[in-house]
Amino acid sequence: MLKGNFFFSCFVIMVLPFLSFSQSTVDGVVMEPNGNKTIALPGANVYWMNSQIGTVTDVKGNFSIPFFGKYNTLIISYVGFESDTLDIREPRKIRHVLKPSNALDEVVVQQQRDAVEKTFFSAQNVVTINSAELLKAACCNLSESFETNPAIDVNFSDALTGTKQIQMLGLTSPYLLITQENIPMVRGASQAYGLTFTPGTWVESIQITKGAGSVVNGYESISGQINTELVKPMTDKRLFVNGYANQNGRLELNTHLNHKLTDKWSTGLYIHGNQRRQKEDGNDDGFLDAPLANQINIMNRWQYQNPETGWVSFINLRYLNDEKQVGEVDFNADNWVRLRSAPNADTPEGLALSAAEGWGSEIDTRRFDTSVKLGYVFPELPFQSIGFQASYSNHQQESYFGFNRYDINHNSVYSNLLFNSIIGDTRNKFTTGLTFAYDSYDELVYTTDFGREDVSGGAFFEYAYENLEKVSLTAGLRVDTHNRLGTFVTPRLHVRYTPWELGSLRGSFGRGRRAANIFAENQQLFGSSRQIQLMDEGGSIYGLDAEDAWNYGISFLQGFVFLNRKGNVSLDYYRTDFRNQIVVDWENPRAISFYNLDGESYANSFQVEVNHEILENVEVRMAYKYYDVATDYRSGRLQKPLQAQNRFFVNLGYETKPKENGSLWKFDYTVHTQGEQRLPNTDVNPSQFRLGDFADGYSVMNAQVTKVFSTKFEVYLGGENLSNFRQPNPILGLDDPFGENFDTSIVYAPIMGRMFYLGFRFKVQ
Amino acid sequence: MKKVVLTLVMALLTGITFAQEKNKKMTMEVDGKCDMCKTRIEKAALGVKGVKYALWDIPSHQLSLIIDERKTDPMKVKTALVAVGHDTKELKATEEAYDSVHPCCKYREDNTDDSGKHY
Repeated sequence: MLKGNFFFSCFVIMVLPFLSFSQSTVDGVVMEPNGNKTIALPGANVYWMNSQIGTVTDVKGNFSIPFFGKYNTLIISYVGFESDTLDIREPRKIRHVLKPSNALDEVVVQQQRDAVEKTFFSAQNVVTINSAELLKAACCNLSESFETNPAIDVNFSDALTGTKQIQMLGLTSPYLLITQENIPMVRGASQAYGLTFTPGTWVESIQITKGAGSVVNGYESISGQINTELVKPMTDKRLFVNGYANQNGRLELNTHLNHKLTDKWSTGLYIHGNQRRQKEDGNDDGFLDAPLANQINIMNRWQYQNPETGWVSFINLRYLNDEKQVGEVDFNADNWVRLRSAPNADTPEGLALSAAEGWGSEIDTRRFDTSVKLGYVFPELPFQSIGFQASYSNHQQESYFGFNRYDINHNSVYSNLLFNSIIGDTRNKFTTGLTFAYDSYDELVYTTDFGREDVSGGAFFEYAYENLEKVSLTAGLRVDTHNRLGTFVTPRLHVRYTPWELGSLRGSFGRGRRAANIFAENQQLFGSSRQIQLMDEGGSIYGLDAEDAWNYGISFLQGFVFLNRKGNVSLDYYRTDFRNQIVVDWENPRAISFYNLDGESYANSFQVEVNHEILENVEVRMAYKYYDVATDYRSGRLQKPLQAQNRFFVNLGYETKPKENGSLWKFDYTVHTQGEQRLPNTDVNPSQFRLGDFADGYSVMNAQVTKVFSTKFEVYLGGENLSNFRQPNPILGLDDPFGENFDTSIVYAPIMGRMFYLGFRFKVQ
Repeated sequence: MKKVVLTLVMALLTGITFAQEKNKKMTMEVDGKCDMCKTRIEKAALGVKGVKYALWDIPSHQLSLIIDERKTDPMKVKTALVAVGHDTKELKATEEAYDSVHPCCKYREDNTDDSGKHY
């Protein structure tokens, strides 16, 4: 019975195609030889020659193809078989056996990655700074990497350390999410100096996202995100040495050693050291213009990559020790520390004895970082992957500013688990995952201890749609629960639309929340005699509430071709609206106050930027920026202090054509012009310490020349602040640094005058 | 009887090899020359129901696909490609469809990779 059934079904299968006969189609079955018999060949191509009509045989080898009369040549083909051509003059049924061919059709697939990411097509407003751009301003660390890019403003944080503070959309760096390979990096205790702890040579590229950003890396970004990709052991030079020296005694040395252990494992050791022993006081005010400094920064990376199994991994270890001394030129730190640790230190005569040593400050930082990244790309499904990131850091800062003591110890754990895949096809992608973060802070402010622990967990889902032409969209949502911020929802949306060729219109909005670390973020206050006024309002962070803001933005990018060379022009407008902000109020020269926002606080920013290769090999970049950043202080609504409302920027770059051995010249020139800046109120000071309402505008020029001798060796020479513009009297009340008028926080222009530097790079592939 | 069982096993086995895969990887040659072609080709391929992933490489002219074989087959993708004016090894675009491509994409006249000349 079984036997009968089997043969019957076989018969039916064979005969069925011949029975279904139709006037307008050619039906048939394609077979392949199998010993003495033939078996069905599924997946064979059946098509009319020079037509757009074709089909594929099904599991049973059957096909059906429309017949038109126009096409008479039917081709049956399959990889590994000889193609056959049949002459078909009328609709009929066919049974065809394909002969295996000896030679397989071999297809070599070459892969080529795009070198430049096109921001024309992404939903988010992302600017990528690649390593070539980073070389334009050769010094020295991440905080100085933005000098040639108008998206980021570089300001001065205080008159002591010369630390550069970055701003985006009119808001300072705490409102930015600063990540290193997508792991939050500069936050908490490292907010003030964190950017200076990443040496410039370690940086491979920087991605700047304006506006709300993605939900994948957390809820903390408010005005944007800066992600740094570091050099990788597999792709970095085998050996790289960079030396730098400048006129006022700063010396830097960077060494990269990369080694390929197996075809899957590589490791790299990156060592950075910098030092300044020379005491520099160009403006003769008795205070150092730049700190005496000593930094050692060591990183070890391990990279694993297995294309067959789809596993990739990174393991990072980093140790940093940074010491800075600032203050009066004659200040002797050893004496000071000895006097302050004496038993009578806090008695009136002990204090007088210390004060006789002069005013000085030491800031010592030790930091340890480790992180692990693990990724798995499904080998058969390039669009699907799983990623896991975990990091731990310990940041310890011990410092004194005259009698003001500030110590912070911050332990941080962060982990993120992600899953990427598609819905239907790659036009609909999603990323989803879970985040866990733990931070413990232990602070000593003067004599008061502050400590807190923050724990948060969250889940996110981000959907990205791209129809490859006109529209793309990224919509993300995350829900977090935090022991101080509560449970809250963070939505973020980015949309791009291409109205016409080379045009790109973008819109975005999103929410961000954060716990402000008021002391770590405003350390310049310690270099003053201002009294700290903390308006405890029963909140959970220093008695204050968490910050909460919405950001909205619209931008338009248009590419063009002028004089046969490419260029682009972009316009953008962003607004950040605070629902709550920790207002940092400098408006009383004797105090600094922190309180919750009562009223409005907003930051409007408008930018227009033009990029064009104006002459052969001459690139010009120009930008104008307008900011309107205002807050309702207790004394009324005021523009943000030390913030120029109008800024103008020009960068010119010229590069000669490389010769055969790679030798060439590079020239780069940048001008920053800042309009007038509102100064914090100093009206209650004695007349000689009053600064007026506004500081005048000014320009700063930088230039650099690089001579590339070969692909192995290059030398660069540059100058900063070429017009030698300096802020007159950057330190208030410097005659009596322990008196009530002493203030180093009101800085609106460079302290350091014209400065030249020289450096070299040596690389072995 | 033994023979029958063997045949059955064979039939089943072949059945497994011919099983329609949910994520079938394949590559095919598609004519074109620039980034605009790339967008058009990938868009047309992804427009076919059942195509999950499409990546066309300019220099090699290879279109890498991942398709759900239960929903589509390569010929359907090729039909969609010729409909937007791109020739495949088997199916050729009509003059009408070919004329509809942007002038810079006229690969039949000159099929060199000129992606560098475009944005």
